[in-house]
Amino acid sequence: MTQRILASGNEAIAMAAFDCGVNLGVGYPGTPSSEILDEFSKEGGTAQWAPNEKTALEVGIGVAFANGRSLVTMKHVGLNVAADPLFTIAYSGTPGGLVIVSADDPGMASSQNEQDNRRYAIAAGVPMLEPADSQECYDFLIRAFELSEAYRRPVLFRVTTRVCHSKCILERRGRIAEPKTGSFTHDPRSNVMIPAYARIAHKNLRATLHKLEELNEKGEFVKRIEGSSELGVITSGISFQHVRDAAPEASVLKLGFTYPLPLETIRKFAESVKRCVVVEEGDPILADAINAAGIRVEGKPEMFRFGELNVQRVRRLLAGDATPEPAPAPGKPPQLCAGCPHRKTYQALHELNCIVSGDIGCYTLGVLPPFEAVDTCVCMGASITVGLGMRRVLPEAEARRVVSVIGDSTFMHTGVNGIVEMVYNRPATGHVVLVLDNSTTAMTGMQEHPGTGRKLDHTPAPQVSIEQVVRGIGVDNVDVIDSTVNYEAFKELVQKRLASNDTSVIIARRPCILAMVKLKSYEGKK
Amino acid sequence: MQKVVNITVAGLGGQGVLTVTDIIAEVMFRAGFDVKKSEVHGMSQRGGSVSSEVRYGKEVASPMVPEGESDFLIVMEPTQVEVNRHKLKAGGVLITTDDVPMDKLTNPKALNTMMLGALSKHLELADESWLAVIKERLPEKLHALNIEMFELGRNA
Repeated sequence: MTQRILASGNEAIAMAAFDCGVNLGVGYPGTPSSEILDEFSKEGGTAQWAPNEKTALEVGIGVAFANGRSLVTMKHVGLNVAADPLFTIAYSGTPGGLVIVSADDPGMASSQNEQDNRRYAIAAGVPMLEPADSQECYDFLIRAFELSEAYRRPVLFRVTTRVCHSKCILERRGRIAEPKTGSFTHDPRSNVMIPAYARIAHKNLRATLHKLEELNEKGEFVKRIEGSSELGVITSGISFQHVRDAAPEASVLKLGFTYPLPLETIRKFAESVKRCVVVEEGDPILADAINAAGIRVEGKPEMFRFGELNVQRVRRLLAGDATPEPAPAPGKPPQLCAGCPHRKTYQALHELNCIVSGDIGCYTLGVLPPFEAVDTCVCMGASITVGLGMRRVLPEAEARRVVSVIGDSTFMHTGVNGIVEMVYNRPATGHVVLVLDNSTTAMTGMQEHPGTGRKLDHTPAPQVSIEQVVRGIGVDNVDVIDSTVNYEAFKELVQKRLASNDTSVIIARRPCILAMVKLKSYEGKK
Repeated sequence: MQKVVNITVAGLGGQGVLTVTDIIAEVMFRAGFDVKKSEVHGMSQRGGSVSSEVRYGKEVASPMVPEGESDFLIVMEPTQVEVNRHKLKAGGVLITTDDVPMDKLTNPKALNTMMLGALSKHLELADESWLAVIKERLPEKLHALNIEMFELGRNA
């Protein structure tokens, strides 16, 4: 039964996944993708958090090899972590439906870069759908599973911050399929990518992409708005919405299936208008591909590569106005909450004048005043390994100042590898790793992880112990302390470990102040 | 396209800015309008500046209010007024904490519903339309407080 509701893009994706019988939703939290799996679980779907995106995609691939449907979710940078399985599953494909949501963050509302993951579709040879609002999130996701199964290919489902988090009206169809029982067919030529089989698989992939291009030319994912013949705009995703407001008179060709492109459809459109402009957020991917096909279109000035587009920026872009834009009014920056357990930890690191190799999470905010206690931050898990690298070249007195700081969820994500590196390739001065364990994935909205002892839906789960893991790997000293309650003891401990040549992990454990209330409410869950 | 009404709500993380725009969007949806709502999650929740936007009308395209085109700008925190003023269109309505009876605010967490009440005066919908959604959106134990604060804002 059709239901008419207001829903965000993330909610729409979750509803579609439930309605089309997805067997398993799996991912790692990351803004702006985090709500999808929570919502899918609330709908009644089976969802789980993986320790990282590579693990998530591989579990999803397994589901699809066993002829089930899997939805794998992550933020844009997560796809870097999952790129290894992605590039090879593109060759072999899976009999079951495999859809990977890449939630990009142009403008970096909450990210360390604004990479444009449309490039992954091209690089890996994976078809890409790009919805422009919640309705398309819903409709396209169901079609993505159908296409994935019909063509035996994974599908990249690219959304952006504004599509994920904007709400609009959604017509929901209701459940159209139940999750099916898995089955396995012995088919090593398709499923085992040894060179002999992979050479064939690569050719098959390119042939499938040709077929998908033909399908795209049929127009199912193309929206054409007939307007003035003076101005035509080619666009996709959220930019389409801005274009409709900025240039209501223009003819528009809106693409929903952006790899492989329907170049003949684009050629006809471009020829039908006097001036044809490509309006796209991020890198000039559409403009470059279309021009490379010999179709003359205008791209955008370089300044529009940066940040999100919006109505006023699209107006400027269409007017060819590349004059400097007014700087956005400075708001109040985010900060570590009052009562945040990381505050005392950073106070100590600041007072001890440490060189802090940081990581991704709330605690990255320790870079801002009053602490100013984070010196580097690259990507998930990098704190430990980057700190080790610094220790290898700094003179001894300086090397002893280096501390790696990582959160509990980030530790589970890719921090464990860094501990292995520390034990195996130990610097002469040893090293000190602080695990800031607030018992949740705080930054992205307090999701569970393997160390919390709870599943995605907050019911009990086996708990992976950070201290047992690092002891097992062979770290010399492992301490657990609450830096808020035992501040002086904590500070002394850090000093002592820094002075030694040991490898040390100090777990500063105290729950996130925002999670406290929630943690209590989970206690009764079974 | 026909006239679209643009509402921007601004404040600091933790003030309930997103709840306000959620309620406005739902009320307008039920009143039969096309509605879009936009917000940014993540770092903005850590006590930093937050703003969220609702647009409604016969047909809405972009979920984001174009710069300087807000018909209504609600700012829940005095320090955030100047930071957001440029979002208001000429002749638009600015609603700040000066426009509500702050002396009668018994719980700072209900400031958002008081501000919502002040906005609701300008939008031609009956009391019940607002109260129905407030009741659905908030837990029952908070109904009495929030309805009282909404009415104080609405009648100010």
